Amino acid sequence: MSDGPATHAKLPPAELIGLTPDVFTKPFWDAAVEHRLVIPRCTTCATFRLPPSAFCWSCSAQEVEWVEHDGRGTVYSFTVIHHPVLPELADSVPYVPAVVELPGTNGCRLVGALGDVALAEVHIGMDVELVWRAVRDGETVPTFRPSGS
Amino acid sequence: MTLRDKAAIVGVGATPYYKRGRSLPQTPFEMAGKAMLAALADAGLSVTDVDGLALYSFGLGGDTSLFAQVMGIPEVRFTAMLTGGGGGAAGSVGLGAAAIASGMATCVVSLMSLQQAASRFGASYAPKGKPGAQYSAPPSPEGNFIQPAGLVGPGQMFAVLAQRHMYRYGTKREHFAEVAISTRENARRRETAIMRDELTLDAYFDARMIADPLCLYDFCLECDGAVAVVTTTAERAKDLRHPPAFVRASANGGNGRWGQAITWMGMPDEEFASSGHRPVAKRLWDMAGTGPGDVDVALLYDHFSPMVILQLEDYGFCGIGEGGDFVADGNIRWPTGALPVNTHGGNLSEAYIIGMTHVKEAVEQVRGTAVNQVEGAKVALVTGGPASLPVSSLLVASEPA
Repeated sequence: MSDGPATHAKLPPAELIGLTPDVFTKPFWDAAVEHRLVIPRCTTCATFRLPPSAFCWSCSAQEVEWVEHDGRGTVYSFTVIHHPVLPELADSVPYVPAVVELPGTNGCRLVGALGDVALAEVHIGMDVELVWRAVRDGETVPTFRPSGS
Repeated sequence: MTLRDKAAIVGVGATPYYKRGRSLPQTPFEMAGKAMLAALADAGLSVTDVDGLALYSFGLGGDTSLFAQVMGIPEVRFTAMLTGGGGGAAGSVGLGAAAIASGMATCVVSLMSLQQAASRFGASYAPKGKPGAQYSAPPSPEGNFIQPAGLVGPGQMFAVLAQRHMYRYGTKREHFAEVAISTRENARRRETAIMRDELTLDAYFDARMIADPLCLYDFCLECDGAVAVVTTTAERAKDLRHPPAFVRASANGGNGRWGQAITWMGMPDEEFASSGHRPVAKRLWDMAGTGPGDVDVALLYDHFSPMVILQLEDYGFCGIGEGGDFVADGNIRWPTGALPVNTHGGNLSEAYIIGMTHVKEAVEQVRGTAVNQVEGAKVALVTGGPASLPVSSLLVASEPA
């Protein structure tokens, strides 16, 4: 997979990350600080949605309940970033943005960097678990690692 | 009622194409004006004939007021822009044709002027106030669900779709290479192309990996320049300098749950490893009363080489999942393939002006004046995107249906 010398996934630099929540996404990020993954579920038709949004795409209702999820999922797809498109990324490559499907959520996917893994082992269908990453006070974002690592 | 054959492209014009930042000290506005004047001259028209502007991807900064004022357009009767980004390239001409077909305007200019000196699309999703922010789109609450993974540029995001296509259908990097190499071969014969050196399969595989599975040559160029086209009524078109390129059909949009696509990654499974073009393709063929078998040359938006393969599938030139084999069999090569693709060298090797070079090439092909002319070409397909909704397409023809 990799043709570079680095064979282990790093993480993108925390300085690059900045959250700008609105009223609909704030509960997600507030729970993240407490290391809880919560996903909004429509109280009318029970459809989950990510990102959290003003309306249910399935039934147009607005009200949601926040359902906890254990953060275990499977890699739906991914890329391995080898080239630092910004100079600030130079020390952080290679890193692995991964799209992770969360079971039991009608196909919701959470996107995060997959770390703690050899690049050669990353594959679609891989079982992963969520690892919360505090990037600064009050801002915690999801990352993933292989299950059981 | 449709807009079929009610309007025609009668003029095309462009500035030279430049590597990123090298168009300075010209301004993007100035290049837009130069391209429009060149397109009008090509048509045998003047700025006093123009009464409409149909744009996309924040062309002219999303505002035509200063352009009308400075260029001396006597009266603007129609000014509109497709939402979204490069997905609207082909569709902007359809928007102009719709204005003409409905009688709102008679002579509409579509154009794109691009200068990547102070900005850079390659990092367009870097967050505000953070490193790389000078390149970035405004931050959004939705973007917070993508960008912390380190996805800051469109190529990185499309790599995720390409990876899924490889997994699902067995598509290989050799297939991406065939797109890059065939497109380069076309560019090598063109004086306007920025990349004219031979690209071998060895060089492709020796190139540095950018965002696996995409290497350097799977990425389009980063360019400056401007391209404009002039569209008018089919009736008037017959009296102008060149044979008309009739707007046979155009469509834009996409499935609602394609949505923000690469900046979301939540598209339905059956559509994820696609170009998002399937519903647009269906409407295009319905409006045209024709199908992929009638297309002589395809100018497919090629910001990233795998996306050409996905569009070949979604427009029905081959089955879903068969795009890799389709290109490997030599089908997209000019002049020998069954469907020459990106005969102008595309975004990959000629120049990236957000897809407007594809419209220009389609017109030249049906006029019979293209550098890499497809013999007897009568019908050309142009696409804009894959991108977030809308994507778009345009079918031009040398004769009315």
